[in-house]
Amino acid sequence: MNAPAAMIDVALRLEIHDLYAAYAACLDHGELDEWPEFFTEECVYKLIPRENFDRGLPLATLSFESRGMLKDRVYGATQTLFHQPYYQRHLVAGIRVTGVEGDAVRTEANYLVVRTKKNELSEVYNCGRYIDRIVRDAGRLRFAEKICVFDSELIPNSIIYPI
Amino acid sequence: MNAPDTAPPAAHWPDARESRVPYRTYTDPDLYAEELERIFYRGHWCYVGLEAEVPNPGDFKRTVIGERSVILVRADDGSLAVVENHCAHRGVRFCQKEFGTAKRFVCPYHQWNYDLKGNLVGVPFRNGFIVEGRKVGGMPPDFDMKAHGLTQLKVEAHNGVVFASFDHDVPPLRDYLGPDVMPWFERVFDGRRLVVLGYSRQRIPGNWRLMQENIKDPYHPGLLHTWFVTFGLWRADQRSQMVMDTHGRHAAMISRRNQGGEGEATKGVASFKQNMTLHDDRVLDVVPEPWWNGPTVTMLTLFPSVIIQQQVNSVSTRHIVPRGPGVFDFYWTHFGFADDTPEMTRRRLRQANLFGPAGYVSADDGEVIEMQQQGFSQDPGYRTMSELGGREIGPTDHMVTETLIRGLYRYYRGVMDV
Repeated sequence: MNAPAAMIDVALRLEIHDLYAAYAACLDHGELDEWPEFFTEECVYKLIPRENFDRGLPLATLSFESRGMLKDRVYGATQTLFHQPYYQRHLVAGIRVTGVEGDAVRTEANYLVVRTKKNELSEVYNCGRYIDRIVRDAGRLRFAEKICVFDSELIPNSIIYPI
Repeated sequence: MNAPDTAPPAAHWPDARESRVPYRTYTDPDLYAEELERIFYRGHWCYVGLEAEVPNPGDFKRTVIGERSVILVRADDGSLAVVENHCAHRGVRFCQKEFGTAKRFVCPYHQWNYDLKGNLVGVPFRNGFIVEGRKVGGMPPDFDMKAHGLTQLKVEAHNGVVFASFDHDVPPLRDYLGPDVMPWFERVFDGRRLVVLGYSRQRIPGNWRLMQENIKDPYHPGLLHTWFVTFGLWRADQRSQMVMDTHGRHAAMISRRNQGGEGEATKGVASFKQNMTLHDDRVLDVVPEPWWNGPTVTMLTLFPSVIIQQQVNSVSTRHIVPRGPGVFDFYWTHFGFADDTPEMTRRRLRQANLFGPAGYVSADDGEVIEMQQQGFSQDPGYRTMSELGGREIGPTDHMVTETLIRGLYRYYRGVMDV
């Protein structure tokens, strides 16, 4: 049953906003072990250049299909990928519900990630939009799907941590 | 472009060995400008794309050779052309779309227009204009349309990969690549139709040569990259082969995957993670393909502008776009083959998590290159030292060597006269 986005109630809207705030806080505080918990066991996470997304090209910068792959990414980022340390700060704005599909809510939001490296000025790192599908799973809202479509034409060297 | 032949060498090479490269050569703007002329714009073939990116007449792709914007286009007769992206009239870089389809190239400023091969075919008011019964303006009588086309480059494609050169006297592509490297090129590109899966683009704050060196360096992958050493994708105890062309400019690093795990190649290697297991190992769901003929990885460096990657089921071209002595852009084009099953396509896409700007075995290459550039900048009088496997230059049957980097610098010093 698909319903218009306007049908969802205020409490759920607030809960969705809280989900985005918690997601950003998790990444910005570097609590990466918590990151996979924002997703369902079977899930889709993609970080994909807008160029590919708009042209229907499937290649993503990162593409994961399960919470297990997300855990592997956390291990990979924190234990295996050598990199210059940096902070990231997510600004998420314009969260909107775009549809309801059965038990799932479709949402979109703009994001801007600022990177701050040691001894350097803060800089715009990655900007784009989230295209998400949210479900209630084991007592909390989780992302069944999160597609991060970034406008940024060039990645400033590397992306280590999740967006 | 003519560089004065009497130009003094911009960089001194105090230690006359290919294994010792002065830091200054990575930071000096004059030497860099000379590299663009002697390497990117003269005497060499540069990568511009895949035929699959411009399948039909009129299809174009805007790309770059050195720092010059060019357009790869499929002409009306099906042939490939590459033209420089600035109008012959007033210099406008008229093409701003990355990909598209056109009947003609039209400059927006004064609507000079060109056919797909770059010939000037239309000039508004060329013959003047009638104002109150009187002809006014127009180009001078000796105006020659043929003399004002777009700069046309020499183009050659081999099995779907397109190269171009501003230098029309460049040797044929087959001779340029040479008989030692060509079989490895044709192993990936045997004439099968290619399917583009997508692009990744990154800006790396380092000298462009460092990326060529990175893929001529079989020493680092089993040390820097945990995933390679732990899962046996690239490490010193594998059957390997280092190949170079007679000039030392192009190379292939070839190896065979082993079972990974603990062994001689992991002793004292900090990045080896004995107990590392994946929660979801579909990222490493490797299925051998018939065309591999043994090796599981071949990495080709085709000087100066492209790397061709086959690392298990992931295949890509990596285009090097210099942006100054201390920075280059790096464009990845991942592809598959027209006869791939949907499962194979999905596999290539999953394994792409290993590569590109966020890849498990590639993100840190960009990071260390940036840190190399930081080191070069602070002490330009110092030099690198690449003498693993001795100071000799030649092919080897193992990977415990820096011979390919030395080969590159023997060639480089000749071309650059440094």
